[in-house]
Amino acid sequence: MSEEQQQPKKPKIPRQKMPEQDPIQRAQNFYEVALGYDNDLALLEASRCLHCKKPYCMKGCPVEVDIPDFVEMVKAGDFISAAWKVKEKNSLPRIAGRVCPQESQCEATCVLNKKGKGEPCAIGRLERFVADYAAKHDTGEIPQLPKPTGLKVGVVGSGPAGLTLAGALIKKGVAVTVFEALHELGGVLVYGIPEFRLPKAIVRSEVDELRKMGVEFKTNWVVGRIETVDDLLEKRKFDSVFIGTGAGAPLFLRIPGENLNGVYSANEFLTRSNLMKAYLFPEADTPVAKGRRVCVFGGGNVAMDSARTALRLGAEEVSIVYRRTMDELPARAEEVHHAVEEGVKFRLLSSPLEIVGNEAGWAVGVNCQKMELGEPDDSGRRRPVPVPGETFHIECDTVIVAIGNAANPLVPSTTKQLDVNKWGNIVADLETGKTSKARVWAGGDIVTGAATVILAMGAGRKAALSMLKEFSID
Amino acid sequence: MFEILEKDKIGPGVNRAVISAPEIARAHRPGQFVILRAHADGERIPLTVADKDPGKGTLTLIWQEVGTTTYYMGTMCVGEKLVDVCGPLGKPTHVEKFGTVVSVCGGIGAAPLYPITKAMHDAGNHVITILGARTEGLLIMTDDMKKVSDELLISTDDGSFGIHGFVTQVLQDLIDKKRKMDLCVAVGPVPMMRAVVNVTKKANLPTVVSLNPIMVDGTGMCGACRVEVGGKTMFGCVDGPEFNGFDVDFELLTKRLAMYKGPELISLNRFKETPRGCECTFPGGAA
Repeated sequence: MSEEQQQPKKPKIPRQKMPEQDPIQRAQNFYEVALGYDNDLALLEASRCLHCKKPYCMKGCPVEVDIPDFVEMVKAGDFISAAWKVKEKNSLPRIAGRVCPQESQCEATCVLNKKGKGEPCAIGRLERFVADYAAKHDTGEIPQLPKPTGLKVGVVGSGPAGLTLAGALIKKGVAVTVFEALHELGGVLVYGIPEFRLPKAIVRSEVDELRKMGVEFKTNWVVGRIETVDDLLEKRKFDSVFIGTGAGAPLFLRIPGENLNGVYSANEFLTRSNLMKAYLFPEADTPVAKGRRVCVFGGGNVAMDSARTALRLGAEEVSIVYRRTMDELPARAEEVHHAVEEGVKFRLLSSPLEIVGNEAGWAVGVNCQKMELGEPDDSGRRRPVPVPGETFHIECDTVIVAIGNAANPLVPSTTKQLDVNKWGNIVADLETGKTSKARVWAGGDIVTGAATVILAMGAGRKAALSMLKEFSID
Repeated sequence: MFEILEKDKIGPGVNRAVISAPEIARAHRPGQFVILRAHADGERIPLTVADKDPGKGTLTLIWQEVGTTTYYMGTMCVGEKLVDVCGPLGKPTHVEKFGTVVSVCGGIGAAPLYPITKAMHDAGNHVITILGARTEGLLIMTDDMKKVSDELLISTDDGSFGIHGFVTQVLQDLIDKKRKMDLCVAVGPVPMMRAVVNVTKKANLPTVVSLNPIMVDGTGMCGACRVEVGGKTMFGCVDGPEFNGFDVDFELLTKRLAMYKGPELISLNRFKETPRGCECTFPGGAA
């Protein structure tokens, strides 16, 4: 990686690496991989920021964090103020600092990067540092809250979109109640993203902060079953409702053998391992198949998370089975890099045809079709096409299908006058989050289809601003 | 929330508890279930609702001790709380006036079948209930069922009570007698539902079964509960739990239910060593 390379002539300060757990060691534990900056590293990294008059970095941020200002405060050693600066726009900085794809957002537009040097200021790492620092030195202080406006908003789903919206509204004196179907708060942050990338304790601390500010949370509360969105508006008299239920309906390939034992959706595999703590089994009651040889179908972040989780559960061999090549993998480069370092194998240009099972109904292998890259498709990526007659077999006992999620129909189908598109996603204005139904906003994966945590946070923020405008609050 | 208000053993290893869950009690419809966790490190398990009292805000749960959670719950006392109860989940039973409805259950299946039978009865159907169990001690809810059935037929596999034989034989008997029946609802262990369908299919009697696959979230997010119905993959939690019995792949369901046999045993053996576990009489629990 270019990160460690010194510039040849003027010896400039290089972009500071974040310390990480050793790959061999960490592939056997669930502790966080990245260890974060210490004060010195943070000061050094912040000193690289040019404090541009026209901060392009901010344009790359979906929630418009005042990046130059907070980095300036880091430079001055005032880490607590820097954290507050971030929190003005981002209620979940400890999470964003860990899971945001900064390389394609703020850091992509950083001037240090634009000069073609590929060495942007490590904004994400600094965000993580200041937010962690503030949490560690927490004085219990909460931001000054305005007088209650008497308005109240119901939020369906406690994932990144809903939590962000809750934070933005409560700071403006709007009461917020968040309804969550699962027993823990955080949505995909607690069931999907593994402990080693985003410790649950961090999600809990961010949620607690919102709770301290007055956000009310209701778990085990299935909107659409206990009460509908219409009930929330009419019976419970919420002034408006935000739907941020995520893209929680796993897709399968619809190939033979997908219902064999040992075949999981990534959602199930990750939910068992993360939310239900199957990695602690039998101390925790929920089991998960600890495969010896594991195949993961798909090449996105969720596929990488699944593969790395399988390794940590003790698998001897974990393979990503992907139709295209390393260049087309949709996962973040950092995630792929981590997976490779830890020993995940990549079976590229391979498309699963069938999962083979034994008499007892357990998966024993996957038959694949060899692919090659053809002409570019609509997405601009070269389309994988089968190489005639070339098939092969991979032996495995566990298969994890990580090819994406569709919209979960539970809330849309139980809400009157709410338009959905042909994929079942709620139709909402991408700038405001407004839906076809009066007083109802929506955002995050339920609108866009499976995307990233920060885009969901951006949608939550935009919806909050739109609601405030409608409420005539600035 | 979710405090245990009443609790008793109603059979060997069979428990009944009334818990406080006002919001679920109000929203619950026949055929729907809940997913619960007994304690903070517990598994999420689906459990059918045997009865409810929306006025008092309570649910009645009935369960047989088979795995760690159900054994653990067997040791819980009045005043203790379940950490999580989520629901109502699944689609409610399609209830209308069909004519004559035959409700068939085996053992613990009486618990989920009771609210369905009651709803069918309330809708004006003539209800014939066939209540079966391995032996007399395992027969539950006979009095409740009697109140919501026009005819109640009881059978035990060992002949210790009622008709000597399987529920399928009783059902076959009704068919042979050319009794007019418009719908069969069968709830119980998979082999029993499968056997019922074998009988009703030949008689062309439409049959609804309520499936109990392994679940995690119960809202369609994980797909653990995949079942094949009419050659199509469905999610038991949101597409079900009730399906057309003629179309269900029972063999696949049986295999999938056995997926965690090994870990389940490890977990249960471990629980036996705990102070709570020592209170249980394994296997089958104390009467």
